[in-house]
Amino acid sequence: MGAFAARRLAALIITMMVVSMLIFAAFEWTPGQVASKMLGPFATPEQVELLTEQMGLNRPAPVRYIEWVGNVLKGDLGYSTYFKTDVNNIIWDRLGNTLLLASIAFAIIVPCSIIFGVAAGMREGSKLDRTISVLSIVTTSVPEFASGVFLATIFVIILEWLPGASTLESGGDWSIASQLVLPVAVMVLFDLGYVVRMVRAAMVDVMMKPYIRTAVLKGLGFRKVVLGHALRNAMVVSLTVILLQINYLVAGVVVVETIFAYPGFGHMILESALSKDTATVEAATLIIVLIVVITQIAGDLGYMWLNPRIRFK
Amino acid sequence: MSSPATLRKTAAVTVAAKPILELRDVKISYITRAGRIDVVPALSFSLAKGEALGLVGESGCGKSTVAYAIMKYLGGAGRITNGQILFNGQDMASMSEDQLRQIRGSKLAMVYQDPMSSLNPTMRIGRQLEEVPMLHMKVGREEARQRAIRFLGEVNLPDPELIMERYPHQLSGGQQQRVVIAMALMAEPDLLVMDEPTTGLDVTVEAAVLDLVAQLRHKHDTAIIFISHNLGTVLRVCDRVGVMYFGELVEEGPIKEVFANPRHPYTRGLLDSIPTMGADKHSRRLSPIAGQVPSALARPVGCGFASRCSFCEPATCTTVPIPTIAIPGEARHQAKCVRLSELPPHRRFQVVPGEATAEIAKSGETVLGIDHLYKIYRPSGTIFDSKPAEVRALTDIELSAERGRTLAIVGESGCGKSSLAKVLTGIEVATQGKVKLIDWEIGHVPVEKRNQAQKKSIQMVFQNPDSTLNPSHTVGFAIRRALQRLRGISASQAKTQAAELLRLVNLPMEFVNRRPRQLSGGQKQRVAIARALAGDPALIIADEPVSALDVSVQAAIINLLIDLQDKRDATLVFISHDLSVVRFLADHVAVMYLGRVVEYGTVEQVYAPPYHPYTEALLSAAPVAEVGKERERIILEGTIPSATKQIPGCPFASRCPRKIGSICDDQPPPEHVTQQGHRIACHIPLGDLAKLNTRAAE
Repeated sequence: MGAFAARRLAALIITMMVVSMLIFAAFEWTPGQVASKMLGPFATPEQVELLTEQMGLNRPAPVRYIEWVGNVLKGDLGYSTYFKTDVNNIIWDRLGNTLLLASIAFAIIVPCSIIFGVAAGMREGSKLDRTISVLSIVTTSVPEFASGVFLATIFVIILEWLPGASTLESGGDWSIASQLVLPVAVMVLFDLGYVVRMVRAAMVDVMMKPYIRTAVLKGLGFRKVVLGHALRNAMVVSLTVILLQINYLVAGVVVVETIFAYPGFGHMILESALSKDTATVEAATLIIVLIVVITQIAGDLGYMWLNPRIRFK
Repeated sequence: MSSPATLRKTAAVTVAAKPILELRDVKISYITRAGRIDVVPALSFSLAKGEALGLVGESGCGKSTVAYAIMKYLGGAGRITNGQILFNGQDMASMSEDQLRQIRGSKLAMVYQDPMSSLNPTMRIGRQLEEVPMLHMKVGREEARQRAIRFLGEVNLPDPELIMERYPHQLSGGQQQRVVIAMALMAEPDLLVMDEPTTGLDVTVEAAVLDLVAQLRHKHDTAIIFISHNLGTVLRVCDRVGVMYFGELVEEGPIKEVFANPRHPYTRGLLDSIPTMGADKHSRRLSPIAGQVPSALARPVGCGFASRCSFCEPATCTTVPIPTIAIPGEARHQAKCVRLSELPPHRRFQVVPGEATAEIAKSGETVLGIDHLYKIYRPSGTIFDSKPAEVRALTDIELSAERGRTLAIVGESGCGKSSLAKVLTGIEVATQGKVKLIDWEIGHVPVEKRNQAQKKSIQMVFQNPDSTLNPSHTVGFAIRRALQRLRGISASQAKTQAAELLRLVNLPMEFVNRRPRQLSGGQKQRVAIARALAGDPALIIADEPVSALDVSVQAAIINLLIDLQDKRDATLVFISHDLSVVRFLADHVAVMYLGRVVEYGTVEQVYAPPYHPYTEALLSAAPVAEVGKERERIILEGTIPSATKQIPGCPFASRCPRKIGSICDDQPPPEHVTQQGHRIACHIPLGDLAKLNTRAAE
C-alpha cells in the first residue's frame, strides 16, 4: 500500500507539472497575446505594447513559465484584472463556497445512490426496480436550468418558502441554510439519477454472477446474499463512478451557481474567462486539475481496499 | 414379448426401497418470447442413499438444466411444468422458500463447473466456509472455523489455516475446486450435485479431484449426481450412468454394463467417437455422430435421436412415442429405443495389428526445426521496482517436425505450450536460439516483419472458434479476405477458391453467407480451419482445436485434420492436453513441463515404457472411458512452480513421485537419447525407468 501511495504521489506531481505547462502554453504562449486579450479588440497597438512592457510579457516563454510556477508555489497566484484584487483574495472564498455546496450534495448522493441502486438492482425487472429506474431517468434527463426554474417557481414564487437567490449574505431575511436548499436540491436531482443507474447496473451484473448462485444454494437468505455477498462486489465497480461525481460537483456546477447567483467557483471561472482574466482562470484550472487527480488517487486507494485481487497479487 | 409398460414397471421395482432423490415424469420448460420450450419432456429416475449417478451427453441435452431443477434454481424463465421431484420423499414443489433454504447447503449441496467464479472474489475463503455451519448447524464463529479447517484438511489441502486467510484468486484452480467441495460437504449432505466439476482443470488435477470425490463419497455415504461430458471421468466416480439426449434419458444402468455393452445407438455413438486406448489414425477412423442436437422448439413425436441415428427406421421410430424398455437379463439397465432387440451387438473398436495400414516411410524433409530455443520475458522495470523477476517461458527447446506429419505438444497449463506457439507465429520473438521454417530463420522475426511467403506458410487454428471469428463478418468474407491477403488473388478468384475451401472442410456452399452466430461450435471450427488453409500453409499450428467441442463433434474435426493432412501434405503442430486424442492423431510427441521438453519421441515411444515420470503421471491421470482399462493413478501433489524461480536441478523434482534424492534438486537431468531418437530428460537411467514403469503397471 505504501509503495503504491508513493507511486501515485509521484504520478500526481508529474501530472501537475505537465498540466501547468499546458495551461501556461494555452494562455500565454505568444507574447503580446495576453495583453491584447486583456485589453480587448478596441485597444490600439501602442496600448498593447505598453501593457506587454509593463507586465514583462515580451520575455521568452520558458522564463515567464518558471517565474509563474515559482510564484504559484510561493502562494502568489497573480493579480486578477477582473476582480481588481489579488487572485488569492477571491479564489479561496469562492472555492470554499462551492465545496460547501458540493459536500452537502455529495453527502446526500452517495448513500441515496447506493440504497436506491442496490434496491433496484438486486431484483432486476421487479416493480421497485422499474420505479426507481424510471424516476432516475426522468430526473437525470431534466437539465439543471429547467429543474432550477421549476423548483424556484414552486418554492420561491408560489409557496414563498425559500429564497430565489443564494448570495450567501447573512444580513437578509433568509438564513444561509435556507439559501443552500435549492442549489443542493437541483444538483442532487440532476446527478443522483445517473449514479443510481450506475450502481444499479453494477448490482444487476453482480447478482447474475456464479458466486451469488453459490451463496443462494448454500441456503443463505436473500438479505444475507445481498448485503453479505453482492454489495461489496457491486461497490468495487461503482466506486469510480461515485468519486467522479466530485469533479462534476466542484467544477461543473456553473449553471446552478448562475441560476441562484451563488458566489461559487464555477461562476467565478465563467466570469473571469469572459473578461479575459488570465491569472484567475489559470489558478482555477490548476486547482480543478489538482482536485481531479486527488479524487482519482482516493478512488484507486478505495478500489484497492474493496478489491482483494489488487491488494494481494 | 411383454408390453413396454410392464417392463418399465419391473425395472422400477428393483430400485432400492427409499430413494434420496426421485424424479417422476419431470417436465422442465423455459418460457421465452418464442413460446414455451420443453427442454426436458418427461424425466424419471431415482437415486438411493450413497449411490452415484453420472449424467452424460452432448452440450444442449439438458444435463445442467436437470441439475439446477433438482436444486430448484432454474432462474426467471425456467419452470417445472409437470411431474414431481421428491427429495427424501418430500415433493420439492410443495416446499416454502424457508424450507428450501433449510435443505440447501445442508442436505442438498452443489459443486460447480468453474470454481473461480463460484467463489466470492472479495471474501476470504474462511468466511465463505464458516457461513455454512453457522447457518445450518447454528454454531458460533469459532466452532464453524474449526469445522472449516477440518474439512479443508479432508479435501487434502495443505495448510488449511493458511487457506482460510486467502482470497479465491490466490489459489490455483484445483485448490479452488477443493474449497468448493469442502464447502458442499461441510454439512454432510445427503445429495451432492456436481456440474462438470473437473472441466477446465488440468488432467493431473482432475484425477486428484475425482479420486477425492470417490473417496469422500464412501466416507460420508453421500449420494451424487455427477454431470460430465467426459465419459472417462464419469466412469471413475459413478456406479450408474444416465445418457441424456435431447432432454431425455435414452439409456440408464450400471455404468460398467452400459459402457461395456451400450444398447442405445446414441450411447454407442458417444463411445465410438472417442479414441480408444492404443488406437491411432493408421488403425481406424473415429466415428462422429452426424448432425447436431435439434432445437427443442419442435419436439418430434417419435425418437428424438432418429434424425442422427444410423439404425433409424422411420416407420417404427418416428411415428409413436418411444417407451423406456428394460434390458432382459440386466438388472436396472434400460434404454429408450424401440429397435433395441433388433440392433446388432456393439463392439468397441479394438486395435487389431493386421488392420493397421503400414506406416508411411519417413518423409525426411524437415519443415520446422527448433534449435536450443529460449524465451525469457523480462518485464520492464518501473521507477520503484527496477528488477522484476524474469519469466522463463521456454528453456532450451529442441524439436523438429517433418512434412506431412503431426507433432503434438502436451503438458499442463503453464508448461510453455502457448509460448512456443507465439514464437512460431511471430507474436513473440525468441530470446535465444533458432527456429527454422523450411529455409527461413524466423525465430527472431516478429510477424509484422515477416514477408508474405513466411506469413502464408504458418497459420493457426485456435481453441475457441467463437472468439476467433469476427461476429459481423460472413463466413465467405472471412475466407475470401484471407485468400486475397495471403495469395494476392483477385476478388472473383477468391470467391471460387473460398467455395473450394468450404467443400474441403465439408461445409455446404450456402454457408458463405452465414455469420458465425448461425453456426454450431463444430461448424465454426471448420470455418476457422478453412481460413487457416487459405494460404496453403506448410505448417498449421492448432492450439487445443477440439477441446471446446463435444466428443461427437471432436471426432469429426480430428478426422478432418487427418484428411486434410493427407491431401495437402501439411505439417501440423497440435497442442493439446488430451492424451488420448494425441495418441490417436500424432506422429511425434513432445511432453513439456515448465518450459522444457522432458520427453520427446514418436507416439509409440512416448506412450510405452520407459516413460519420463511426468509423462507417466499424465498418462495415469487421463480419464479412460473403457471398462477394465482404468490405470493405477499416480497423483501429483502441488502445482507447477512459478516460472520466475530459478531451478538449478530438474524442473519436475518438486512434484516427482520417482525423485531419487538431492541430485534431482541440484543438478539438471541428463537427456537420455535412444538410437531411435526417443529422448527423456531424467536422472534415472532408462533401463531403471522401464523397470519402474512396468512394476507400477502390474
